[in-house]
Amino acid sequence: MTEANSHVLAPTPRAARQSIMSTVLHNPVGLGALIVLACVVLLSIFAPLFAPFSPTEVRIESINAPMGGEFLLGGDGVGRDILSRLVFAGRNTLIGALIAVGVAMTGGVISGLLAGYFGKFFDSLASWMANVLMAMPSMILLLALFKALGSSMFMAMVVFGVLITPGFFRLVRGLVINVKNELYVDAARVSGLSNSRIIGRHILLVVRAPVVIQTAVVAGVAIVLQSGLEFLGLGDPSLPTWGGMLQDAFANIYVSPTAIIWPGSAIAITVASLVLLGNAIRDGFQRVDTGPAKRRQKRGAPSSPTEPASSAEVVEDDPNVLLSLRNVGVGYSAGETTKEVVRGINLQVHRGEVLGLVGESGSGKTQTAFSILGLLAPGGHVTRGSIIFDGKEISNLPAPAMRALRGKRIAYVPQEPMSNLDPSFRIGDQLTEPLRAVLGLSKKQATEKALALLARVGIPNPQRTFDAYPHEISGGMAQRVLIAGAISCEPDLLIADEVTTALDVTIQAEVLDLLRELQRELSMAVILVTHNFGVVADLCDRVAVMQNGQIIETNTALELFANPTHPYTQMLLSSTLEDSVPRDLVVANQGAR
Amino acid sequence: MLSFVIRRLLAGVALVFVIATITYVLMHSSTGNVARNILGENATAEQVAAKTTELGLDQPLLTQYFSWLGNALTGNFGISWYNSESVTAALVGRMPITLSMVISAIIVIALISVVLGVTAAVKGGWLDRVIQVVSVVGFALPNFWVALMLVLTFSLSLRLLPATGYVPPSESILGWAATLLLPVTSLVLGGVASAAQQIRGATIDVLRQDYIRTLHARGLSPQSVVLKHALRNAAGPALTVLSLQFIALLGGAVVIERVFAIPGIGTLTVNAALGGDVPLLMGIVVVMAILVVLVNLVIDIANGWVNPKVRVQ
Repeated sequence: MTEANSHVLAPTPRAARQSIMSTVLHNPVGLGALIVLACVVLLSIFAPLFAPFSPTEVRIESINAPMGGEFLLGGDGVGRDILSRLVFAGRNTLIGALIAVGVAMTGGVISGLLAGYFGKFFDSLASWMANVLMAMPSMILLLALFKALGSSMFMAMVVFGVLITPGFFRLVRGLVINVKNELYVDAARVSGLSNSRIIGRHILLVVRAPVVIQTAVVAGVAIVLQSGLEFLGLGDPSLPTWGGMLQDAFANIYVSPTAIIWPGSAIAITVASLVLLGNAIRDGFQRVDTGPAKRRQKRGAPSSPTEPASSAEVVEDDPNVLLSLRNVGVGYSAGETTKEVVRGINLQVHRGEVLGLVGESGSGKTQTAFSILGLLAPGGHVTRGSIIFDGKEISNLPAPAMRALRGKRIAYVPQEPMSNLDPSFRIGDQLTEPLRAVLGLSKKQATEKALALLARVGIPNPQRTFDAYPHEISGGMAQRVLIAGAISCEPDLLIADEVTTALDVTIQAEVLDLLRELQRELSMAVILVTHNFGVVADLCDRVAVMQNGQIIETNTALELFANPTHPYTQMLLSSTLEDSVPRDLVVANQGAR
Repeated sequence: MLSFVIRRLLAGVALVFVIATITYVLMHSSTGNVARNILGENATAEQVAAKTTELGLDQPLLTQYFSWLGNALTGNFGISWYNSESVTAALVGRMPITLSMVISAIIVIALISVVLGVTAAVKGGWLDRVIQVVSVVGFALPNFWVALMLVLTFSLSLRLLPATGYVPPSESILGWAATLLLPVTSLVLGGVASAAQQIRGATIDVLRQDYIRTLHARGLSPQSVVLKHALRNAAGPALTVLSLQFIALLGGAVVIERVFAIPGIGTLTVNAALGGDVPLLMGIVVVMAILVVLVNLVIDIANGWVNPKVRVQ
């Protein structure tokens, strides 16, 4: 691969930066924070132009003077103008923060890059040092070392910079380790780019945004800590600082209580604008990098359909039909726009029937399954149509009524076995808890039933698995446990979402056999979501093919394999035949010829 | 589990040792004028030399260090350079005061942050925005300024609570609570600002996990899914957040004690720092390091209790 090619795949820096600047400026909070911060910086730099008095000019008659006299904000304990000192103090405080940030950023970014990119010995050493530095409260170490450091606030801020280096180090190291193995970085490496150019071109790009945000936060922390030290009396009394002004105001709190307000407000306004600017930049990067699609997953629990489907009059007349989807749409809202991922599908599942829902990833199969369960991800909802289960509309059921169906009548077996068991609870707890909650069994009954279920799904030593934590069992075992959980309340409908995809080939066959046996034994209806026609041929009575959120073809399995009418189905079938030829499929095809 | 605790303990001992050594070397790099500073400008050269010998500062650094280390291992941190008090006795006397303040604060922070953070993660909406605002405000307001404003409002204007001082609980529980109420409040605001936000994040991460959906699919009630399963899984990150908070509180307590004239470790530290009382400062650093190690150990053990994977490793 050429260098040019590898660049095509890397994120483009220029466009991103421009749009981030404009998102920050268009965000009222970001813009406000930027303006306030700019004012603080300009006031500090050009302090002599703005301050009405010299910060050291003493007027005996204005000692602890109240507000509104010659000194606008009053006089301090020595008789100096509080307003002028406030403006001049900004300089010293900001310089101190700049020193701490500069030291921490330089040290943290460089060591983080080296540790993350090269790893090995340097990584272990640097990570260990970071732990040592993070262990102690900075305030106490700085106090302890203050005299030894020559009683200089700037020196103290250098040391503080060192103490907070781990913040940058850990951030950068983590990011670099993540990005190091990205394909475009591999490509750059293969194409012969030197390490320094890879770091310069690809890695710094990824690190940039989080470092900018961290810098804003660290600057805020440094200002607060520096003011704290000065408040304790460790600053240079000849230099005006916000912390030093607070110390003076504290000493005179009984005489002139309002003097406390100004330096504290200066600190708070400066730090708040730093943090808000950092937040605005972070939000800007999130919008540019991930787009609105990822933002929809931001909030908590699953939502129930917001737009109730208006089809209460529809009653399923054929008692043999268990589930009927009529013109169902599923959409995700991002801001004002709603993107439909399932666009008006019709589907029927008869009692005791196995229906295959087939299509490539992103075709809307899983979203259809979740809409039946009422478990769409946050932001998702049924946009139109009706879902009728056992003669009743369920797409607009209130949450408790829907919950009464879940587990007991409609069950679900997920795709990825390991991530679908709660890692903190034993397998046994996870099986008995729903049995007790849904079927109202006693603890003893639930345990007996769970053990019997584990034995039924072919787990060799049920008691041991019952007592195990999820991380102690294999993926195949975990999938059997999940199947046991799903059938534990003898549901009428089982929705199995890509149940074999994450498993080894030999275990796939066993799990499919188990599903077939259980389906016959309990005469459940099953919706088998899959992209694998081999699985379909193995198990399904009927098949629905999905593409782009629509069902393009429904037929019995035999008919579909023999005479696929839709070109997309034909294409899917032929691509399946190229890599694997399931036995039933061959039979079906031969029968057709 | 026992070997896990022992390993952590050994790592902690190493950490305390490293911190003590580095601090010792840094603090003893400039002890040339110590005797002169202690005795004042009018002392004769002989008196200064005698004092230097008395303090052992004429010895090579390594000799001084090993003598200090040997004593420190037996719990003897030497004698304060300025008031001839035993450092160990000073630490033992002051520690309970600071700890009672910091532990009260961390308990309040934990309660408020968990309730706020988890509710915001589950419900979203206005509470979520409140947390965002609180976290910025709490971060931007220095805790000692909050303390000063509290004194201004509740002690000087409303005259409801004492502005300064400390009453030991053995004397009067109510008096103790009254003197600690404002200091603890000023520590809590900043703590909640940072902890609630992080606990919210940890809870949202857990609620996005696949197993949460699967638990819903089993027909469990949302209360059970959130309160039992999500909370248990978010407990690990939350404990880590709180342990970092505890360390931050130890630093924050220094300034807060100054505002309220509470005679704890913080006030001791500030006076020792202003005077350059090296033995006292060394004692404080070591005790703080030990405290940090112990807190981390407790958190590790608690983590092992909530997270079965940690237990096995």
